[in-house]
Parts: sequence; C-alpha cells; structure tokens
Amino acid sequence: MDNLKAIASQVRRDILRMVHAVNSGHPGGSLGCADLFVYLYFERLSFSPQNFEMNGENEDLFFLSNGHISPVWYSVLARSGFFKVNELTTFRKISSRLQGHPSVDKNLPGIRMASGSLGQGLSVAIGAALSKKLAGDRCQVYCLMGDGELQEGQVWEAAMYAGHKSVNNLVAIVDYNNRQIDGDVSNVMGVMPLADKWSAFGWNVYEMDGHDFDDMRRVFTQIDNEPSQNKPRVIIMKTEMGMGVDFMMGTHKWHGSAPNDEQLQTALLQLEETLGDY
Amino acid sequence: MMNEIISTGNKDTRSGFGEGLRLLGEKNPNVVALCADLTGSLKMDAFQKNHPDRFFQIGIAEANMMGIAAGMTIGGKIPFTGTFANFSTSRVYDQIRQSIAYSKKNVKICASHAGLTLGEDGATHQVLEDIGMMRMLPNLTVIVPADYNQTVQATLAIAEWEGPVYLRFGRPSVPVFVPENATFQIGKAEVLTSGQDVSVIACGHLVWTAIEAQKVLRSEDISVEVINMHTIKPLDEAAVIASAQKTGCVVTAEEHMRNGGLGDAVAQVLMQHHPCPQEYVAVNDRFGESGPPMELMKKYGLGVEDIITAIKRAIKRKKL
Repeated sequence: MDNLKAIASQVRRDILRMVHAVNSGHPGGSLGCADLFVYLYFERLSFSPQNFEMNGENEDLFFLSNGHISPVWYSVLARSGFFKVNELTTFRKISSRLQGHPSVDKNLPGIRMASGSLGQGLSVAIGAALSKKLAGDRCQVYCLMGDGELQEGQVWEAAMYAGHKSVNNLVAIVDYNNRQIDGDVSNVMGVMPLADKWSAFGWNVYEMDGHDFDDMRRVFTQIDNEPSQNKPRVIIMKTEMGMGVDFMMGTHKWHGSAPNDEQLQTALLQLEETLGDY
Repeated sequence: MMNEIISTGNKDTRSGFGEGLRLLGEKNPNVVALCADLTGSLKMDAFQKNHPDRFFQIGIAEANMMGIAAGMTIGGKIPFTGTFANFSTSRVYDQIRQSIAYSKKNVKICASHAGLTLGEDGATHQVLEDIGMMRMLPNLTVIVPADYNQTVQATLAIAEWEGPVYLRFGRPSVPVFVPENATFQIGKAEVLTSGQDVSVIACGHLVWTAIEAQKVLRSEDISVEVINMHTIKPLDEAAVIASAQKTGCVVTAEEHMRNGGLGDAVAQVLMQHHPCPQEYVAVNDRFGESGPPMELMKKYGLGVEDIITAIKRAIKRKKL
C-alpha cells in the first residue's frame, strides 16, 4: 500500500469512529473526500501546522465550503500535526474545538472560516486570493464545495466574479458524487452540465478521479503547467459517497447518519489501521 | 444655563463616509474598499480614483461581496463594504452571520440610505430593521453617527477597531453640529445638553431633532438632557443609567423600528438597573413608503413635535 493510501485508510477509520462516538455527523461525504484531503495535506499544500496563523502569509490556504464533512478535515488536520490526534475524541461534544461544523470561534488550528451554511466558501476563498495578490504572495488558495451546494446562488455570484476578474491564484474543487440529503443531485435539482457551466463563467475546467492519487497528480501538474494562467481553475472531482465502506456506497443514505455499533465493526474490518487509532 | 448646540449647515452623512474613506486611503495601506454597484451613491469615488488597486467593484452581488470581504481579512486587509443599508443587512444576513460575525472577521459593513429618509424609492429600499438585526449578532459593533463630521470621524475610528462593525448613515442633508476636530470614541455616549427633567437618547440625525426639541422646551421651563448614543453596541450602559437616575425618565429617538433598535437596547438597561418611564420615538411596526424624506419623518412620527410629545408623556408618567 502506498503512503497516501495508508493514511487515507486511517483517516476513514477516524471518520467512522468520530461520528459513531456521538451518533451524529456526516460520514458519507467525509469518506468520499478522504483521498483528496490526504493528497492535499500530505503532498500538495504548503503550510506550517506548528505555528498556525490566521493570516497564512506565504502558505497555501484551504477553505472547506461544505462544512458538514468536518470529520475528514479534523482527522487530516490532526494527522498532519495541527493538533493532537487524541482531540478527535471531543468531536461534537460540549466545549470541544471540533464543532459539528468548522468554526474559528474556539481557535482550532488549521481553520480560518466558519462553514456549514452552504454556498459561502468560494466567495471567502476569492477574498483570501485577492488579499494574497495585494501582498505579492504567490501561494495558492483552494476551496472545496459539494455538488449539491452548487444549487446555492452565491456560488455563481462568486464564479462570475472570479472569472471576470481573473482570480488566477484560486483552485476550486467540486465534490461530484451526485448525492445530497434528499437523494440524487440529478433528481433533486440538477446542476449539470458542470464543465460547461464553469467554462462559460470563465474558468479553466479539469476533471479528476477523486479516488486515484495518480490522477490527482496528473491534474494538479496540468494546472501548474497550464499555458493560460489568467483564469481561475475548477476541478470537477468524481467521487463515491461513502467510499471505502461497501454498505455506505451507492446511496445518499449515509450523508448525515452515523453507523451503529455493529455497522461500525463491519466498516472498520474493511479499513486497515495504519497509523494507530486515536 | 444650558449648553447651546449650534448647527453650521447641512450635509449628507454618506459624504462623511466618502471623506473618511478617502482619508483612510491615504493613511492606512491595509484599508480596501468593496462596492456593489453603488460607488457614486456611497461617495466611494475618491477612494476608487486614488487607489484603484485597493478598490473592488463586485457588481450587484452583495452576498459575494460579504464573503470576499471576510476572506480579504485573512492576510490582514481591512475591508470596507459599501451598499445601501437594506442590501448591507437583510439581503446578506446569513453571510454576515457565518462568514463575518461568527468567524470574527475584521470587516467594516458601511451602509448608506438607511431608513425612511431614502425617500422616494419607497419601502423596498427603506430598511428600518437593520440596527436590530445587526445588534443581535455576537461580535458585531453597531454605530450610527449623528452628522457629517461624526461620520467622517467614525469611519476613521472603525479602521482602528479590531472586529466587525456595522456603520449606518444616510442620504439626506442633515444639520452638522459635531465639531470638525472632535475625536470619535466607540462605545462612549455624548451628553450634549445637561438637563434635569428628561433624558433624550438618540442616534443618527434624530440627535439634531432632539436638540431642536430641547430648545423649544426651554421656553416651557422643561430641562432636557440630550444624549448622542452613536454606538448602539456596545451600549454605554453607565451613561444611560447615570442620566436616568438624574432625570427619572427617558425618551429614545431613532429612524428605525421600535422593535430591536436603540429604544430596545436602552430599555434592556433601564429594566435591569433603573426602571423608569420610557417613551419610544420610532416607527411602529410598519413599512415605509415613497415621499419626500422630511415629510415621511413627520408622517411616521419622527419629527420634532413627536419628540416633544414623547417628552411630555414621559414626564407625566414619572409624576403618576
């Protein structure tokens, strides 16, 4: 097993154990985005976990707009050294820094913006990107959104702005799993054709397999070497909600419900403990 | 002998904001300005012209503007957003709540054309709930300067204040009486006239209306203490209590709904610390309408006569 795969397996165990412990949270999308988070935090982004500073000068900034998949973010932040792995036990408990949805209220290192109410992250990421441009800081800003989240109008206000104003130090990633709470995105409120929409708003569009690290490397290399560097970039990332746990895949059912004791055990058997459970 | 407050002429408070922003452009390189297609109305032209690199035209997309402003604080910028009060608050409440207030972002939400005095455009644009909405949000500071000079001074002051601020001003020309060289102290009420019989606690251009009422009532031997409560949150509770203890009754005056505004903020303090009669001069749970600004102020019960009536009612209740 290569290194990133091994980390992702542990992250998926963390996610399941966190939501199981409090019988609440959002495992489906968290499992689906685990590989992306591992790739970003263990291979792509530049950051300094030991001296976290809100301003994040001369480091890459990551914003999670679909804040409900906080378990995967918390696990990856802890596993990459922003805070102690043992703090994952406090997820969603009273007085915890690991709020149900990410917040800056309690100063959890690694998080710069509250999210949860959908559709706001891309605007914030644009602001952070503009701030970097003003400061002459050449690091990049990344923003992950859900595909269902694209139903929010503010996303398209932001998309229009970044396209028109050439915010080219920004990479948006859409978690395209075609699932949302009430069912398939394509049934609830279709967002396709995604590539055409973003392209029409002035973005360079890339498609990526969200469970294949080699494909991630291919796409991000392509982004780095893109001849036309004056546009914002968006990656339509194909994922499977619930990835890694057989009975959680192929359905929207695990968007926001936790496994019971028996389901947890079944799930954990499918995921190797590679870094030691917290 | 009471102090005499003199007006030096009329000016619009939005131009005070524009001037404050212009000065900030020279003074503080971290100040950036964002506008949602109302640059002229907000008098942001000078800043735009002098600092095109620090001015961001967002278009008619206020939700996006609030988010971008929040994001720009990451890196140390001090964003000033400009649009009408309605589009600065009710249109973008959740964006302010999550991305600015809860996230503790150092954004200055600058809102013009507040209240009825926006005038002929009518109720769709005449927000009368904004003070209430903004003061309900934790971490937010709410400021309503009284005249042009004070709006310049407040604009300068909030750049130095760490944390999100809602700065409310308006369209009409209103009397200027705050000295040009005054220093604006956030959270510090200004006692403009010392009085014995009633405290009138006002904000915005109603402060001048209160001064006019105070002058009229001098001839009737009623001594009115006028307080400019330019900061609604954090409210200068000590000033409210001290004045109420002295006069025994209070009138609040604001171009806002009774629900949630300055009057309610003052009532909370009085009920806890010094229960006494209080009368509201405010809009009573209804939407505005088209019309000349000062005629609307009269029709909706926000004129000098209304303050005088409220003062007399408050004093009478005190004697019951």
